Amino acid sequence: MKYALAVYGASGTGQSSLTALSFARALLAAGHEIIRVFFYQDGVHNASSLVSPPQDEVNLPEQWQKLITEQGIDAVVCIAAALRRGVVNTEEAERYELPASNFREGYELSGLGQLLEATVEADRLVTFGD
Amino acid sequence: MSQSICIISTQAPYRGQFAREALDAALVSASYEIPTSLLLMGDGVYQILDGQSPGQLEKKKLSSLFQSLELYGIETVYVDGESLAERHLDPEQLLPLYTLLEGDAVASFLAQQDKVLSF
Repeated sequence: MKYALAVYGASGTGQSSLTALSFARALLAAGHEIIRVFFYQDGVHNASSLVSPPQDEVNLPEQWQKLITEQGIDAVVCIAAALRRGVVNTEEAERYELPASNFREGYELSGLGQLLEATVEADRLVTFGD
Repeated sequence: MSQSICIISTQAPYRGQFAREALDAALVSASYEIPTSLLLMGDGVYQILDGQSPGQLEKKKLSSLFQSLELYGIETVYVDGESLAERHLDPEQLLPLYTLLEGDAVASFLAQQDKVLSF
């Protein structure tokens, strides 16, 4: 079955990001297809390269990136939500004259239309929010 | 893209970006010419209260965005009657842009939708 996942929770608060990640792994293990993971609202923090939890805690953005790059998953971060929350790639950092960027490779910064498109194309959309 | 999408918005209007970002999803969906409806439930019903003045919170008035929905082809906003009653709100306190769904009407309304996005 074709799944799309929407992640609305940050890596550092609540359970939704970890639950979504576990669900994504389970889907692939069961032979399903993930057509897109869309990060929206506070979920955009899962694309930050500056998240640095203590060593004995899981680094969720790093784990997401690993799954996304290893499995070639289409991972899209809402650009408007990301800019509001200080998650930016080098291109946007230049555009808005920001002193730094913090966007992990493997994700794409794009519009909310990508969520709607995935919603329509997937057999199932599963939302993970707090 | 002829499937219908219903956006459910469940958070109070000025609680972080929740309501604003749910409304953005509805506007983008409608602008893709997807048949789109917006349903307010839970604290989401406060979003369509008339007479909002969030200036002291330094927030933009959400209700003016509601008035622009029609331009995008969203002609009515569905409101869960039970959520209103639980909060002692009267339909007369709302902006006149809504369609009230009472009792089982919410379930049958959602059953008609191809996809539901909940915020």
